[in-house]
Amino acid sequence: MNRQNRRILMNKVVMTLSSLAALAGLAFLFWILGVLLYKGFGALHWDIFTVDMAPPGREPSGLRNALVGQLLLVVGASVIGVPVGVLAGTYLSEYGGRHGKLARLIRDISDIMMSAPSIVIGAFVYAIMVAPMGHFSGWAGIVALAIMMLPIVLRTTDDMLQLVPGSLREAAIALGAPKYKVIMQVVYRGAKVGMLTGILLSIARIAGETAPLLFTSFSNNFYSTDLNHPIASLTVTMFNYATSPFEDWIDLGWAAALILTLFVLGSNILGRYIIRTKKGK
Amino acid sequence: MATICEVTHDHIIEVNDFSFYYAGSDTPNLKHVNMPIGKGAVTALIGPSGCGKTTLLRCFNRMHDLYPGNRYEGEILFEGRNILDKNEDLIKLRTQIGMIFQKPTPFPMSIYDNVAYGLRLKGIKDKSELDGRVEQALKDAALWKEVGDRLKSPGTALSGGQQQRLCIARAVAVEPEVLLFDEPTSALDPISTQAIEELIVKLKEKVTIIIVTHNMQQAARVSDYTAFMYLGELIELGVTEELFITPKEDMTEQYITGKFG
Repeated sequence: MNRQNRRILMNKVVMTLSSLAALAGLAFLFWILGVLLYKGFGALHWDIFTVDMAPPGREPSGLRNALVGQLLLVVGASVIGVPVGVLAGTYLSEYGGRHGKLARLIRDISDIMMSAPSIVIGAFVYAIMVAPMGHFSGWAGIVALAIMMLPIVLRTTDDMLQLVPGSLREAAIALGAPKYKVIMQVVYRGAKVGMLTGILLSIARIAGETAPLLFTSFSNNFYSTDLNHPIASLTVTMFNYATSPFEDWIDLGWAAALILTLFVLGSNILGRYIIRTKKGK
Repeated sequence: MATICEVTHDHIIEVNDFSFYYAGSDTPNLKHVNMPIGKGAVTALIGPSGCGKTTLLRCFNRMHDLYPGNRYEGEILFEGRNILDKNEDLIKLRTQIGMIFQKPTPFPMSIYDNVAYGLRLKGIKDKSELDGRVEQALKDAALWKEVGDRLKSPGTALSGGQQQRLCIARAVAVEPEVLLFDEPTSALDPISTQAIEELIVKLKEKVTIIIVTHNMQQAARVSDYTAFMYLGELIELGVTEELFITPKEDMTEQYITGKFG
């Protein structure tokens, strides 16, 4: 075999191997989605949205309290996480500077926080909130999710603001605009698509978290909107139900998994859609 | 020493023994510049890349203050007051001395809001006054005919030349006394360039203009006075025709005849 033939053969081997690997990855993704859709839709019925959780074997039973609890937790975490993250990202990009010492330190710490195991964050909130209060609570869950959200929002805000050309800031300042107005009226406007997408993706990210909630908001079999007490969530319910021995609970677990996946998938697709349509303009 | 011609216009700005240091630089990037700017005239700053012409331009509205560590020495008198003074109100200064940048910088908002931006900063809220001044500014910038019927569409959707005239309209709207142009046509095609040059000549009825340009023909076409700079020094300031036809300094002659640069 001469050199050329060998080269062509090697090329084919590498291409086949990498294509197979890509195919295997895709196959697992669609397998997961397929099983989820099959089992989830099989278990889905209207009662899930209108009836609360019930003991095994009792009809009707649903997930209303878990859905409401999940909503409260995610909205609460966003109310804390988004403003703090956006403001911190604004500090990094507009005040701390690309190479400022403090800004670099915050960026590094934030990156480390982003990869911190979520269960550690749960344990941390348990130590600072649940243990002193003496019981699990929705507030603790909100704080744990907000902590998870913070580095994501902070980083995307920082990145997106830095994409806004410096000449735009200079132009606004040259018109006599004070710095805070330049940021709020010009820089935010220029970066709003990217910032919005980052926020959406961070919400999708925390909506699927279970581990930090196990230690904090725990779970609740009854309908409750009182954040001072344990509150149900889709993720923890799914964990509890899927590991139970009861047929009807396991079905509800699949339904919870489906709803959660559709929400996260939807947010991701919406985020990508916004990027694609707005960037073209 | 530099050769400075007599500036017969009133002096709106006087640069006196002015030096400038960029952050971290021990040697001055502008060296002992002395230069009068004629009121209602167009003064062009020319010279090879790195000669300090843009650096000097950005001193007139203290743009260098945005980046920490930059240092001014000497004085720049604007209507008699030293604008390098620590207590100078930069926001007021920048409404009196506006700036047009090399690349068009429309804000991500409508054409109307772009032009109204500076007016709103000044605290003008009255709708009819805003409407009138936006229209006047767009007319002054020779853009009204093209965009008068679509003020609500985004400023970023305009062509490059239109965007630059939009930026001029935005700067003119606040009625500054001086306008600084930093190579305003270097990113534009010849036709847009011609439109901007005609505009500059027209604008000097209302406002004093200082323009940095790489293009000597442009300086010859639009300016009343031309300043030639080299390595951070002002070499010669002359009446434009005289400077290009009978330069007094050897260096100026070598530059305008293309021997270096």
